[in-house]
Amino acid sequence: MSVNGRMPAKEALIALHEARGQRDVVVTTMATSRDWMTLPQSPLDVVFVPSAMGHATSLGLGLALAQPERRVIVCNGDGSMLMNLGSLVSIAGARATNLVVIVFDNGVYEVTGAQPVPASNAVDFAAIARGAGFPSVHEITDLETWRGGVQSILNDEGPTFVWLRVAPVVGIPGPRSPGPASERAHRLSDALRS
Amino acid sequence: MFSGEQVATVLEEIGITHVVTVPDSTIGQWQSAIEARRRTRLVRVCREGEAWEVAAGLTLGGASPIVMIQCTGLFESGDALRNVVHDWKLPIFSIIGYRSYLNQDTLPGDTCLVFTEPVLDAWKIDYKLLTRPEQIDTIGKHYADCRAARCAGAIVVAEGKA
Repeated sequence: MSVNGRMPAKEALIALHEARGQRDVVVTTMATSRDWMTLPQSPLDVVFVPSAMGHATSLGLGLALAQPERRVIVCNGDGSMLMNLGSLVSIAGARATNLVVIVFDNGVYEVTGAQPVPASNAVDFAAIARGAGFPSVHEITDLETWRGGVQSILNDEGPTFVWLRVAPVVGIPGPRSPGPASERAHRLSDALRS
Repeated sequence: MFSGEQVATVLEEIGITHVVTVPDSTIGQWQSAIEARRRTRLVRVCREGEAWEVAAGLTLGGASPIVMIQCTGLFESGDALRNVVHDWKLPIFSIIGYRSYLNQDTLPGDTCLVFTEPVLDAWKIDYKLLTRPEQIDTIGKHYADCRAARCAGAIVVAEGKA
């Protein structure tokens, strides 16, 4: 299913939600946090709200290095990715083989009112990821391909980069913090040690 | 002021597992000695804001990282520091190179001298300024104090040339 070459973002997240393993850590930020929080939650979910915009990939790198036996999946936006492109080089340089970065590219800063990102729809994120040194790179524009391939992609030897073209959702507020961040940090640390 | 061997030994003794860093001409000279240590891993990042968030992920995952950057990188990375130290309340420790403190031969009038300590105060970072080689033991002591208090802290190392 796709509209104008873009799949519904929430359906894409649902496919990931169904494919993630019980021991996987999933980091969401901005619009992906908003939609992820509507799905059944895991103690290993990291809703990165409040955030420093663009830094979900860096947080994910730290988690991946500290927990090499777990898979860490970061659900990023294209605007966030553009704010921290260097993190892709840092991830590849650190050889974080258990890290999966998924960019939900809707072409806009959705949570601030859908203003276009710089060079909206013209950036080749797959080329950037390959150039940064990611050994596993996937570009997917339709939901059926994503649903059919997500499990296999997650099992790639990483670091893995997935570029999903998704449709923007206009007029819906951004995510609210699900609770005090420091309390969530303690709960996550406990879950990661169990 | 300190050799790489001195710093690497201190970091190993206090149990640092990862040093997340962007180099300058002083702290960058410590990298090879740190990399040679079995128990401490160097994590190179492209920009200082990344360093705070990588350290945050490491801390959440049970590791004991520090951030090692120059004061100019501290200026660049304020929002990431704010997020991990004040929103998520993670007690991230850092070593900050204080550019031009010992001399301003290469950058006369360097404004790092104007802004470094006020910026650390603004971000509510408990820091100790080291200006003499014999102060190296302060690194371990301040780290232990900050761990006990579960607060973020920094060692600010006086540097010479930029």
